[in-house]
Amino acid sequence: MSKLLEVKNVVKKFNTGGLFSNKKLTAVNDVSFTLDKNKPEIFTIIGESGSGKTTLARMILGLESTTQGEILHEGKLVDGKANRSTRMKFMQSVQPVFQNPFEAFNPLKKIDQYLVSTTRELLQIEDDDEVKTIIDENLQKVGLSHTEIMGRYPHELSGGQLQRTAIARALICNPSLLVADEPVSMVDASLKMSIVNLLQSLRDDFGVNVIYITHDLATAYYISDRIIIMQKGLVVEMGPARPILDDPKHPYSQLLKASVLSIADAGNGQLQPATDLIEIVNRNEGQIGKMQTYEGSRHVREYS
Amino acid sequence: MSDVLTVNKLKAYYIMNYFGTKREVRAVDNVSLTIRKNEIYGIAGESSSGKTSLIKVFAAAMRPPFEIVDGDIKFDFGDVKIDPYAEDKSKVDALRWSHFSYIMQGSMSVLNPVRKIGKTFEDFALKPMGVSKAEFIPLVIEHLKKLKLSPDILNSYPHELSGGMCQRVTIALATVCRPKFIIADEPTTALDVVVQKEVLSMIRGIQQEMGSSVVFVTHDMSVHANITDRIGIFYAGRLVEEGPTKLMFEQPKHPYTYHLVSSIPRIGDTQRRTSLEGKPPSLATPPNGCRFHPRCPIATDKCSQENPELVDVGEGRRVACFHSDKVKPLLEAAQ
Amino acid sequence: MFKVFSDLMRYNIEFAIGFFLFLFVFIFGALSFFSPVDPTQIYMLVPDIKPNAQYWFGTNSRGQDLFWQMTFAVRNSLLFGFTVAMMSRVLSLVIGLVSGYAGGWADRILMFVNDIFVSIPVFPILVLFFFVLRDDLTTLNLAILVALLGWAFDARLIRSMMLSLKHREFTQHAIFSGMPMHKIVLKEHLPYIMPIVFSTALANMIWSIGIEVTLAVLGFANISIPTFGTMLYWANNHSAMIAGIWWWILIPVVFIAMTFLGLYLLSVSLNEYIDPRQRLRRMGGGS
Ligand SMILES: Nc1ncnc2c1ncn2[C@@H]1O[C@H](COP(=O)(O)OP(=O)(O)OP(=O)(O)O)[C@@H](O)[C@H]1O
Ligand SMILES: Nc1ncnc2c1ncn2[C@@H]1O[C@H](COP(=O)(O)OP(=O)(O)OP(=O)(O)O)[C@@H](O)[C@H]1O
Ligand SMILES: [Mg+2]
Ligand SMILES: [Mg+2]
Repeated sequence: MSKLLEVKNVVKKFNTGGLFSNKKLTAVNDVSFTLDKNKPEIFTIIGESGSGKTTLARMILGLESTTQGEILHEGKLVDGKANRSTRMKFMQSVQPVFQNPFEAFNPLKKIDQYLVSTTRELLQIEDDDEVKTIIDENLQKVGLSHTEIMGRYPHELSGGQLQRTAIARALICNPSLLVADEPVSMVDASLKMSIVNLLQSLRDDFGVNVIYITHDLATAYYISDRIIIMQKGLVVEMGPARPILDDPKHPYSQLLKASVLSIADAGNGQLQPATDLIEIVNRNEGQIGKMQTYEGSRHVREYS
Repeated sequence: MSDVLTVNKLKAYYIMNYFGTKREVRAVDNVSLTIRKNEIYGIAGESSSGKTSLIKVFAAAMRPPFEIVDGDIKFDFGDVKIDPYAEDKSKVDALRWSHFSYIMQGSMSVLNPVRKIGKTFEDFALKPMGVSKAEFIPLVIEHLKKLKLSPDILNSYPHELSGGMCQRVTIALATVCRPKFIIADEPTTALDVVVQKEVLSMIRGIQQEMGSSVVFVTHDMSVHANITDRIGIFYAGRLVEEGPTKLMFEQPKHPYTYHLVSSIPRIGDTQRRTSLEGKPPSLATPPNGCRFHPRCPIATDKCSQENPELVDVGEGRRVACFHSDKVKPLLEAAQ
Repeated sequence: MFKVFSDLMRYNIEFAIGFFLFLFVFIFGALSFFSPVDPTQIYMLVPDIKPNAQYWFGTNSRGQDLFWQMTFAVRNSLLFGFTVAMMSRVLSLVIGLVSGYAGGWADRILMFVNDIFVSIPVFPILVLFFFVLRDDLTTLNLAILVALLGWAFDARLIRSMMLSLKHREFTQHAIFSGMPMHKIVLKEHLPYIMPIVFSTALANMIWSIGIEVTLAVLGFANISIPTFGTMLYWANNHSAMIAGIWWWILIPVVFIAMTFLGLYLLSVSLNEYIDPRQRLRRMGGGS
């Protein structure tokens, strides 16, 4: 069994306040999981807003250092400060898709430059025509074409177009791991399904592992193999996706599921919060508890 | 019931000149609609169908090369009536925040990266609120609490907050002055479902308390199902269907709406969902006839030649489709 | 570049006024190169002549032609402000960039030093230096000193700008597109930072000229060189106000006011123009 990614007891603390203040915010608290190279999967991270999902993704990408614990990519420590050739190798295998397509492109820069740069620098392809074909091929995969993108600035495209371009760019270097931070939050229902199906086919046809961060439980249920649910930096539940979402055990997971808006009673505004679950979740606040293992390799955090 | 906003045959294009060749992107093409007092009007539709463009027109946030080509738009806030494009700019700006506010898509780019959140609140909201600074801060903190944000964030820079926190900050900015007309572009996409529900019920609460109107753009149909009173569906720059939320979900009359409503995955349901075949049309060179016809499973020859008008079909609904009366059986037969 | 300038002239009245004021002061200062008299010589003319056709600005009690005296004062003061602004901009740019880019300990140490410089009182320190250095406190030395005291605030600004740019998703996107970091800083970040450098440069000039005036009026500077401050110093020294030689006070004050106002208007209008957010709006994007 060869491990693609190992996340071992990772902790991230941020200093809040000035130089001499010791106020710390624990954004990610003791997270561990492993992705297997030979068994590509879609690994979903769901959780509270501000629970450290993006921070965790950034650490996996080497954009943020860990405070404790370590992250290994193919047995080597992920290190954002490593020399350029090591980083380039890393980037050929691990690529990000960011949360906000409006933010992911420099507004003063033309979009195609990102695509061209990826092809040239990471794939080491010099020939102009070849660069163009590769870019076009990858844009086709996400339902766009070369002519639509060339020479345009980010503000001239819609959110969905930008996000698809960002995914196409990440696909250029045939990565073995895609870290997608809320890749579908800005696109319409139809496109959402096409991107989600695209992620699925990347896994099935090209053997790409995907770390899929999302707030959308339904698409998580639809495509993921495994899932972790996070709250305030802690993993509260972890295991195979469908059993967990069918029958969540941790109160926060239950609250999440109960809060999913349904279209069953459209037009009648079902917005009452699930008060009883919120109460239980609040009662557990501040406790760390302990992970318990259950049948079917499910892990749930429990409190004494 | 009076209308806050009346839009009549509005056409607004991006008109660009690339070295002599003119390029028009018809982002808003012949749209007529009204937003009533005391309602939440949802807008859904294809990515890049011109939703953001349309509400930029509403919010008087148009910048060249985006121009109104034809049609008109009028606000009636009760105490003031205004045509935002005929009137002096300063007059419109005076109403911003106090009478109407605009939550932009991609909220992070709105917040000034080198200014603390608290300062941003002072910049925008202090004047329209008309209170002293000492009274202002507690009011803001009170309001942030409703959005589950701690007062500490007033001392943070935007990059120190998570995506969802930034988004709630912009919602707070737009609602703190309790305006009569709130325009929200994808305001809850970065929120977890628990917070999303709370934020939606807060927006609903403010809306009902003030009797104000909200235009709510989102791709998330389940959000539409639970917060809106009416929905308008956009496709390729045009309004293709409009009606009360309940009916839109129960009996969609346009094939695109039908697709939107049925493509939503659910927990517990693993059936494969497909996306629409084909590509979204280019707004620079839209197809002839009905713009949906190249991707429509039930299109006929007529659809590719004539453009269906948006017609009233009763029950407060309008549809632009030649087959609107038998969409469901036709689509089922086509599958 | 020229298009930008003509647009600004046409649409931004503040810019136009600021520009003409500054241009006037600048040309006036440049006249000093054609001066027939040596500004350090005294009692060359009849003292205390009112402004008239021959001596436009009159003469002062030290027998100097105030017109030519003023040209030198303008030149020296502008040069002083410019030197300080240049030097302090380099300092704040380098320190801000390094601090924001490197982060970690380098950042903490630099910002610690920065905090000290932000909080020390500038004026008493300069007076202290005057008493220690006395004649060694040439204009250049003074400029260096003022520059050393005037970088800190803007370095902080540049650092926080850099920090937020570093965290912006587009930076990471660029990194994962294989662009080298130095290119990203130069091509993607500097366009956001240079505007700050320019607009703070103008503000810094106002500040440093103001410092010089204050020091010199009180006599804590090399009073033999004509500047805005030393002119006022000599006028005071000869009790020009009481003696009724009003033009000796009024003329420098008018020039100081014009310089400050011109620089201020330029700084404000440019500030608005070069803010990338605003520029984006003008391009039709952003919000
Ligand atoms: N650079 C930073 N400095 C200080 N605090 C930070 C920094 N980056 C993130 N944080 C804090 O860490 C916590 C986790 O943030 P993160 O962005 O990882 O959340 P998230 O789970 O991605 O949330 P969302 O779903 O809203 O995107 C937040 O409380 C945030 O304020
Ligand atoms: N400043 C601009 N210049 C040129 N074209 C533009 C500009 N802004 C938007 N467009 C084009 O106008 C069309 C509509 O864009 P708009 O942003 O309104 O879509 P949208 O419906 O909000 O999509 P999304 O849901 O993806 O945000 C798109 O084809 C886009 O490329
Ligand atoms: Mg996030
Ligand atoms: Mg949009």
